[in-house]
Amino acid sequence: MLSHIVKRILLSLPLLIGITFVSFLVIRLAPGEPVSLQTDLNPRVSAASKAQLRHLYGLDEPLPVQYAKWAWRSFRLDFGRSFSPDGRKVTEKIAERIPITIFLSLLEMLVIVLIAIPIGILSATRQYSLFDKSTTIFVFLGFAMPTFWLALLCMNLFGVHLGWLPISGLQSMNYAQLSMGGKILDRAQHLIMPVLVGAFGGLAGFSRYMRSNMLEVIRQDYIRTARAKGLSERTVIYKHALRNALLPVVTILGLSVPGLIGGGVIFETIFAIPGMGQLFYGSVMSRDYPVIMGILVIGAALTLFGNLLADISYALVDPRIRVAKER
Amino acid sequence: MGGIVKYKDTAGRFRGSVFWRHFQKNKLGLVGAGIVLVLAAIALLAPVLSPYDPSDMDDLHILSTPSRDHWFGTDRLGRDVLSRVIWGSRISLLVGFIAVGIATLIGVLLGALAGYYGRWVDSLIMRFVDLMLCFPTFFLILAVIAFLEPSIWNIMVVIGATGWMGVARLVRAEFLSLKEREFVLSARALGASDLRIISRHILPNALAPVLVSATLGVAGAILTESALSFLGIGIQPPTPSWGNILTGGKDNLEIAWWLSFFPGLAILVTVLGYNLLGEGIRDALDPRLRQE
Amino acid sequence: MIPNITGDSASHEIGGLLYNGLVKYDKDYNIVGDLAKSWEISPDELSITFHLRKDVRWHDGKEFTAHDVLFTYRFMIDPKTPTPYAGDFLLVKKAEVLNRYAFKVSYEKPFAPALISWGMWILPQHLLEGKDVRKSPLNRNPVGTGPYLFRQWKTGEKIELEANPNYFEGRPYVQKVLYRIIPDSATLFLELKAGGVDWSGLSPMQYQRQTDTGEFRRKFRKYKYLASGYTYLGFNLKDPRFQDKRVRQALAYAVDKEEIIKVVLLGLGVEATGPYKPDTWVYNPHVKRYPYDPERARELLAEAGWKDGDGDGIVEKDGQPFRFAILTNQGNEERKMTAEIIQKRLERIGVKVEIRIAEWASFINFFIKNRRFETVLLGWSTGQDPDLYEIWHSSKTLPDEFNFISYQDPRVDGLIEEGRHTFDRKRRKACYDRIQQILAEDVPYLFLYTPFSLPVIHARFKGVEPAPAGISYNFIKWYVPQDQQRYKE
Repeated sequence: MLSHIVKRILLSLPLLIGITFVSFLVIRLAPGEPVSLQTDLNPRVSAASKAQLRHLYGLDEPLPVQYAKWAWRSFRLDFGRSFSPDGRKVTEKIAERIPITIFLSLLEMLVIVLIAIPIGILSATRQYSLFDKSTTIFVFLGFAMPTFWLALLCMNLFGVHLGWLPISGLQSMNYAQLSMGGKILDRAQHLIMPVLVGAFGGLAGFSRYMRSNMLEVIRQDYIRTARAKGLSERTVIYKHALRNALLPVVTILGLSVPGLIGGGVIFETIFAIPGMGQLFYGSVMSRDYPVIMGILVIGAALTLFGNLLADISYALVDPRIRVAKER
Repeated sequence: MGGIVKYKDTAGRFRGSVFWRHFQKNKLGLVGAGIVLVLAAIALLAPVLSPYDPSDMDDLHILSTPSRDHWFGTDRLGRDVLSRVIWGSRISLLVGFIAVGIATLIGVLLGALAGYYGRWVDSLIMRFVDLMLCFPTFFLILAVIAFLEPSIWNIMVVIGATGWMGVARLVRAEFLSLKEREFVLSARALGASDLRIISRHILPNALAPVLVSATLGVAGAILTESALSFLGIGIQPPTPSWGNILTGGKDNLEIAWWLSFFPGLAILVTVLGYNLLGEGIRDALDPRLRQE
Repeated sequence: MIPNITGDSASHEIGGLLYNGLVKYDKDYNIVGDLAKSWEISPDELSITFHLRKDVRWHDGKEFTAHDVLFTYRFMIDPKTPTPYAGDFLLVKKAEVLNRYAFKVSYEKPFAPALISWGMWILPQHLLEGKDVRKSPLNRNPVGTGPYLFRQWKTGEKIELEANPNYFEGRPYVQKVLYRIIPDSATLFLELKAGGVDWSGLSPMQYQRQTDTGEFRRKFRKYKYLASGYTYLGFNLKDPRFQDKRVRQALAYAVDKEEIIKVVLLGLGVEATGPYKPDTWVYNPHVKRYPYDPERARELLAEAGWKDGDGDGIVEKDGQPFRFAILTNQGNEERKMTAEIIQKRLERIGVKVEIRIAEWASFINFFIKNRRFETVLLGWSTGQDPDLYEIWHSSKTLPDEFNFISYQDPRVDGLIEEGRHTFDRKRRKACYDRIQQILAEDVPYLFLYTPFSLPVIHARFKGVEPAPAGISYNFIKWYVPQDQQRYKE
């Protein structure tokens, strides 16, 4: 068991290195000398800083050395300073934004789990019913839906025309004057649309997955055995089938991390939420290269971490692996 | 990929007629095919179908609601939205096809090599796939385009270069299963070179799942390009793309719902069409493989 | 928050409430006294003697004297001071304190913009002398003589000011002013409607279409007056293609300025024919105009050697197709739309335009400073004195200076010099009239339009009187009747 976990962790290390390698390739994409592109376009960079940057990127040295330096600095999470007027350290800017993005992603995962699982199970148990058919349509629409369009439509309907929900930010302008209860309500109101819209894509896929998983489990021998033993349908479904069908849930959640982080760019920008995704978008638009690279590497690391967690939790939960290891 | 694969004969070769028969039975798949064909027709016939030149500015009708003169309304510069949506289909299809073309090329190449040669080649390539999958795709695309410019070619290449991983895995699986088949062994016995075996014997029979993946891939590429254009880092105005018309929708949220509604609907229908078509092809390949 | 060393409009606007100059403009753009209660111009027109008010105190209580003025003058011309506004002060031959409340400044030659140049914010000698201004705490906690005291600055969020009870013109009626920093214009508009913002600017679309409901009209007053400034397309005159006047004129004929005003500004603007605002004394309506005429444009291009030989729709000369990029800055929707319209019109005469949008900092430092552009779409905010030296004189072509299109015309140089070195308004007008004719004939800039300013203020504020100088000139006299006051202490 433990050895399995350790093995997975060790296998991830070369991937971490690989991340630095791929991101290094991205930097080298810029036409011309990377530093000149970055410094010429940056008003704050004087000749002294240019020299500093050259040294930082080790541009006076051969490529492999440059890469080694970049990789080493990435591990230390040293991505330099932002090119934007505030000139703050990249890691600082990312650190103050990550909690919001993670919070949002967790909420979205919660929504997905709370809604998709029941839908999936009910579709499986009532296969071919009206419920099943309509959720199938919903799922197809969900896969085809451009989620930023859905966001616009919701903002238009619920925000502008009906006025039920606020359309941007995490809090109202008069937040500071609200009571504690008012503050919570205000926050919640601001989060409803971004979270629901952000979870939408994952919802469709996940409910589909639950359905097929559940269907597969139901067909299994041990279910037939349980039924043959005369157990009530309820017990059969909820005690036996469900537990096994739920196994991959954590895995799937772990695998949905890159989608949620990447999708964050769109939703945080549309809903003006000050998270890592919005910072990334802003940096891309203003060509703030240090921040872009920092977020790219950190985003990839988070994904890797998410995958690792998914792997480990799957191993913990899947009896086949557990038993195999214990042998 | 277990189970009986009906579209292949016992030796493993692809049987087109069987596939076709199954495909025709799938109603949703046919709907998808229909949508795809209609869309292709619209894109081809854009100059004929479009009521106005998409860059014509009508200063009497700035941001006007849908009317008899402008079925989908007009945008902030007075341009007819219907015309822009029609011309936008060209961009979507162009980007979709070329991006997927690139992704398929890379994926088939790498998957074939991994599946055929196995051992360390396989490990290396599969680790590379894992590595690429670590990056949130959208982040990677945005970062690369930030370093280059958002030209249509760069966009197509980047979407393609970040979307080949699924194809590679599929092709590898096919190759793994096919390379020990009789027809391959006999070809090798006859002295055929590796390249010949790969390209002439195994590959044609391995491509069916790639077709599914490519069709679904077009849908994905269209969604990605729209998202990029919507954010302002994709197709640049004045060239109309469904995504960049939606940008106008966001900027004028309160007063121009039609700018948000119609281009998004176009994306939805198109992507739905390709998804249904892809699923239909997958079903026809093997009903038992249908993703429930 | 020391506007002398900043270039952005925000710090200048807030500076107007915190600081004073020796003089200022009244509502009709006449020069009147601010910190100076009177002044004399010597008969030889070479000196101005200012008699300062005796009842002015700095916000920290210390008395304002002529020494502060002398200090400010030295500060402005000090090469170590990072200010873009030193130009006018460098012409001063001698500046002296005559006594505690009298300040005299002398010039080599009569210098017409001199008087208003002393509208520059006067800084406190006792807090800044001998110190590095960049490190001064006054950047974050300004001390001035103005009608408002600085209270608080929360970065990215707000700046708070409070009325100065000892202000020499009388205490302002509005007790507190809060500047809220809202980066998103959609959010700003929502906040305005929700009551979180009392004074803002409207976009043409908002003005025309989104503020006509009965409710809005009850709660707000909209104003409309011609802004002091213009938007233009500048040609990089180092580019050989743009050195032919016929080419520039052709492009001027090819662009329909009325269309731009109708579409981009929704009619809320007027055509610009030169660097001056219509209806000011300097403006010369009798200059060459370029009404929309694509035929004439094509003729002129052909005369200059640009013809479409291969039928691809783009004109060529010596085998080179006529393609160029319009560079403009990010974040300005009006300019982006204007660029698209120009692109479309030029395409009709066979010129292919690409639009390049750059983020502001790189726009200035990479493209403008290094003259790395073919054409640029920008705007100028104009002062009231007609002096054109900084922008049009051929000597102002260093990287940081404003003649970045590299315009050189000895006639214009001479006229600029003559115009700025005389106080005789008739003579000045003659010079500037001629300059406008030359610029209209030569088209170094394709002058496009002057937009309307569209401020909107909550209806409870009384005393707002639109005048040629806008509405903010009498801000300290605005008040809210007691029963309508919203924020009470």
